[in-house]
Amino acid sequence: MLNVSGLACSRGERRLFTDVGFSLDPGEWLHVQGENGAGKTSLMRLLVGLSPADAGEIRWRNEPTPSVEFRRDLIYLGHHAAVKEDLTPLENLLLAAALDGVGLDERTALAALVRLGLRGREDLPVRVLSAGQKRRVLLARLLTRPAVIWVLDEAFNALDVAAVRLLGDLIAEHLAAGGMAVLTSHQPLPVPGGKALVL
Amino acid sequence: MNAFLATVRRDLLLALRRKSEVLTAVFFFVIVTSLFPLGIGPEPVLLKKIAPGILWVAALLATLLGLPRLFSADHVDGTLEQMALSPSPLGLLVAGKILAHWLLCGLPLVLLAPILGLQFDLDASTLGILTLALLLGTPLLSLIGAIGAALTLGVRGGGVLLALLVLPLYIPALIFGAGAVEAHSAGLGAGGHLSLLAAMLALAGFFAPWATTAALRVALE
Repeated sequence: MLNVSGLACSRGERRLFTDVGFSLDPGEWLHVQGENGAGKTSLMRLLVGLSPADAGEIRWRNEPTPSVEFRRDLIYLGHHAAVKEDLTPLENLLLAAALDGVGLDERTALAALVRLGLRGREDLPVRVLSAGQKRRVLLARLLTRPAVIWVLDEAFNALDVAAVRLLGDLIAEHLAAGGMAVLTSHQPLPVPGGKALVL
Repeated sequence: MNAFLATVRRDLLLALRRKSEVLTAVFFFVIVTSLFPLGIGPEPVLLKKIAPGILWVAALLATLLGLPRLFSADHVDGTLEQMALSPSPLGLLVAGKILAHWLLCGLPLVLLAPILGLQFDLDASTLGILTLALLLGTPLLSLIGAIGAALTLGVRGGGVLLALLVLPLYIPALIFGAGAVEAHSAGLGAGGHLSLLAAMLALAGFFAPWATTAALRVALE
C-alpha cells in the first residue's frame, strides 16, 4: 500500500538522511526512531507531502503522492495543537470535518470526545484546557475522520498515563481494522509488533 | 463547495469570538476619514475634491490592518498544515478565507462609506458611485492582499514587509476607484472606471486564490 524508496532530505547544507526506504501493508505500523535532530519530523513532513524530497519516491496504492486519494486516506498529527483556541472542542471537531468535506454528526463527535476523557469539557473554549487536554481534542480527530494511514509525530507527548494507554488502544484497534500507522516517539510505544526504522 | 462555505463560517465564528480585531480596522477607517474634515476645516469645495482619494486611501490602509492575521494565526497553531493536507482543494479553502476577510474587513467599509462621505459634503449620486466603486474595489484589495499575506507568512517583521509589498499593487485599484468618483463629479460618467475595476476584480478572483495557495505551500515547507 505505502511504498517508500530512496528518500533523501537535507536542511540547508546538512544531509539529514539518504536512501530511506520501507513499505507498509494493512495492519502494519512503523516506529521511526532517532536522536533529536536526526530528521524524524522532516521524514514525517516528506511522507505526508508538506515538503518536497531531495530524492526518492513515495507511492500510495501504486500512485505517486501527494494525490487527492492519499490525502483522503491520511491523518497527520504533528507537533502543533492544530486546534483553534477560541472554539470549543466540539466546534473544533465539527469544523475540521466540514473543512475536510467529511460528514460528521454531533453525536459521533461527542462520543469521540467522551472516549478521549473530555466529558463535560465539550462546551468550554479550548483556551482554558490544559496542554494534555488540547492534545486529546486533536486526538479525537482519529475517531471522527475515517482514514487508512495515521502519521503521528510525537503523538505521545504531553499525555498522561491513561491517555498513553488509550492512544495505544486506538492505534491497535486501527491496525486490527486493516489500518496503517507511522509513529515517532522516544519512549517505547504501547503497541505490539511494528517495524522499526532508525534514522 | 461545502468546504468553501465551512471555511467562511469558521473564520466568521472565530472573528465573532475576537471582536476587537475586526473592530480595530473599522474604527481605524472611521477615525482616519473623520480627521481630514476636522483638520482642513469647513471648506466644502476642497473637501469635495479630496473626498474620494481620502476615503480610498483609508480603505486601503484599513484592509491592510487585517491582512497579517489572515494566515498567521492558522500557521502558528498548525491548522493551516491540516488545511494543506485536507482532501478538499487548498485553493477552495483559501478562497473561503479571502471571502471571510472581505466580509469582515471590506464590507463594513463599503457600508460605512456613504455615511462618512457626508462629512465631505458629497451629494447623493456621488455617494452612490463611491459606494459602488468600493463594493467592486474592496474584494480586489482582499484578493491581492491575500497573496502578499501568504508570501510574507512566517517572515520576521512580516507586517511591514507586507505593507511594502501590497500597497504598490493597490495603486491600480486606487486610481480607478477614486477616479470613478472624480469622473462622475466632472460629469464624465463613471462607467469606464467601474468596468475596469470589475475587470480587475474578475481577473484577481480567478488568479489570486491560486497564487495564494502556491505561496502558502512554499511557506509550509
